Amino acid sequence: MWKAFVRWFHRMASPPHFYAAASRWTPWFFWSAIIVIAICAYGGLVLAPADYQQGDGFRIIYAHVPSAWMSLFVYVNMAIAAAIGLIWRIKLAHAVAASCAPIGASFTFLALATGSIWGKPMWGTWWVWDARLTSELILLFLYIGYMALRSAMEEPSRADRASAVLAIVGVVNVPIIHYSVVWWNTLHQGPTVSKIGEPSITWAMLWPMLGMMVGFMLFFGAILLTRVRGEVLARERNSKWIKEVAVS
Amino acid sequence: MKPRRQRLVLVVMIVVGVGIATGFALRALQENLLYFYSPTQVAEGEPPEGRKFRVGGLVTPGSVNRTEGALDVSFDLTDNNTTVTVAYAGILPDLFREGQGIIAHGRMNGDGVFVAEEVLAKHDENYMPPEVAEALDQVHGKDSGP
Repeated sequence: MWKAFVRWFHRMASPPHFYAAASRWTPWFFWSAIIVIAICAYGGLVLAPADYQQGDGFRIIYAHVPSAWMSLFVYVNMAIAAAIGLIWRIKLAHAVAASCAPIGASFTFLALATGSIWGKPMWGTWWVWDARLTSELILLFLYIGYMALRSAMEEPSRADRASAVLAIVGVVNVPIIHYSVVWWNTLHQGPTVSKIGEPSITWAMLWPMLGMMVGFMLFFGAILLTRVRGEVLARERNSKWIKEVAVS
Repeated sequence: MKPRRQRLVLVVMIVVGVGIATGFALRALQENLLYFYSPTQVAEGEPPEGRKFRVGGLVTPGSVNRTEGALDVSFDLTDNNTTVTVAYAGILPDLFREGQGIIAHGRMNGDGVFVAEEVLAKHDENYMPPEVAEALDQVHGKDSGP
């Protein structure tokens, strides 16, 4: 089983093979993401009851929570891909890490923006410098810094290595963001779903949110594969197999 | 050691090293990272004297006094241990109600009253429809229904 996985992994690391496989998978990820997100948007915006305190305003969690969660998930993905690229010198892993950054930055921005829009009526302020909001903002700066560092270097192999170190160092921020509401007093609420014991949210409200997370993951898969294909094309533009792909 | 193994060890050491360093830095900054003090901490004199700070707690039911014809309002904040009285003149957020978690930003005056310049509502991690909230209140016999 393990051997089969390693063999599959090695085959995937070869750009022509990955390029072909990614082209086949992308529509599956994309269309399943659309279907799951549509179903869960209906579940969250229509079927779920209004909250006892926040009324209909709470429904922004169906965009806010999955994007905040994805902002961390994409970062961990990026850091792992960067580490694999650094340790095993796999170019495709660096291409994956580079492709993660703009997607992750977008999710982070979405989480901050939706939180801010919701914060004004509910908390009474657009922004506060509490531990959760500040650490999430630092995550956005990490993504932007990663992209800036890459674009500052001409040579791809040098950019790969330098940015990989930044991505790996930044991973310490991920547990800080996750536990910030537990470790410190914050204006942001504590964990609802991942806390010990029962999640303190009604099932009718919870399932569309969990489904949205799955939908966002599938969407991330579709976008990532598309971006990595572009990245591979740019990196391998002088190789023979690209010409064969282009001609066929 | 093979070079690949060396790089693996290096990456692990970077993560562990930066993790430990960040841990120490956060411990040292612990106080500054607290967004608000609890009424008990205020009573024990933990917030810096003469400076603005934030106090957070639940609004004690029945303690909200509004001045007729003005925005002035006063209420008690409690952490179910100690209570601090807050005076505020301004518009309260939508979620402000008795029993609600509130964070006030301001300073103590000489009479032990916290004069707030800003009042924010802290929502909790519970999400449920109003019927469920009512049923829960009846079970717990709380006098402050939402």
